[in-house]
Amino acid sequence: MEEAAQTSGVVKRFMYVNRHAPYGTVYALEGLEVVLIGAAFDQDVSMAFIDDGVFQLIKGQDTKDTGMKNFSPTYRALGDYDVNKLYVEKESLEARGLSESDLMELTWEDEDDDWAEKPSIHIVDKNKLADLLAEQDVVLNF
Amino acid sequence: MLHTVNKSPFEKNSLDTCLRLAKPGSAILLIEDGVYAAMRGSQAQEKINDAMNQHKLYALGLDLKSRGLDNGKILEGIEIVDYDGFVRLAAENDSVQSWL
Amino acid sequence: MVTEGPYTHQASDTAYNFTKAALNQGHEIYRVFFYHDGVNNGTRLTTPPQDDRNIVDRWSELAQQHDLDMVVCVAAAQRRGIVDADEAKRNSKDVDNIAPGFRISGLGQLIEMGIQSDRTMVFGD
Repeated sequence: MEEAAQTSGVVKRFMYVNRHAPYGTVYALEGLEVVLIGAAFDQDVSMAFIDDGVFQLIKGQDTKDTGMKNFSPTYRALGDYDVNKLYVEKESLEARGLSESDLMELTWEDEDDDWAEKPSIHIVDKNKLADLLAEQDVVLNF
Repeated sequence: MLHTVNKSPFEKNSLDTCLRLAKPGSAILLIEDGVYAAMRGSQAQEKINDAMNQHKLYALGLDLKSRGLDNGKILEGIEIVDYDGFVRLAAENDSVQSWL
Repeated sequence: MVTEGPYTHQASDTAYNFTKAALNQGHEIYRVFFYHDGVNNGTRLTTPPQDDRNIVDRWSELAQQHDLDMVVCVAAAQRRGIVDADEAKRNSKDVDNIAPGFRISGLGQLIEMGIQSDRTMVFGD
């Protein structure tokens, strides 16, 4: 991509903050589209799932007969795009009665570790997430 | 980091999430419907007063004025800024997080 | 980045006022990127009441005065029917409706904006 080449050399910390549930609004879907396109720019990318954003990662989503596109499989592709830091806020999960086992198993292959498969989802508490947020250069909200 | 909150604390949890995830020493600017959190005597008063112990709180004057919230109705300790102040806050802080 | 359309949310107003103030203080605005329903700020077909602000026109005027780069995301625009002449031809639409000062382009422009700017702001709902 021409733009990606022009900006090469500059690496910023981009965090995509997701606070909306899927399907009720378009923010989750269109937010994900930004992440995928953004992957071509070789930045230091992470995603944060906070409040209802954690619902985006629930496994077993089935939109058959609703007419809406089930875009949850797209999260599985993130690992292939080098987007492997998906921070899920522990407090948001707990408030919703959820645990890690309710979420999709998203992984990535670490080429620096013999292509070992590693989890992309990192459950972090509010203090850790606050630290991560404060470190970012660019924060986009969806 | 500059945090902005544009939702009324009675409408959505954005203020709560902001306060949960803003590192101590942050600047927090209430804008749009977020300015309702600056009102005296509401159920949000306590959390705003607590927040002021850790953060510097601001409210956008034009949004307060549009909503009929004059100085007498606002909690003490919240600094009222105009758009010039909003721009300055964005420039003075390393990055900006909008809690929508 | 502006992620809501005109009138329904205050986002576009706040973004406009912020942009104006920033320009007045001598800051450079690298780009204004319209995403989600924000693309609706780019239609020239609005006719707001005479006694209210014309949100689309004032963005166009600001862009012209300050040579602003205002980008409407192509994917979001296609979903919502904001079309320029090229898009109209490409997608067999019988009309285009983009307002002056706006151009349609890809999401890469948003990422590039983040990379090239010192500060990135999001105005939305």
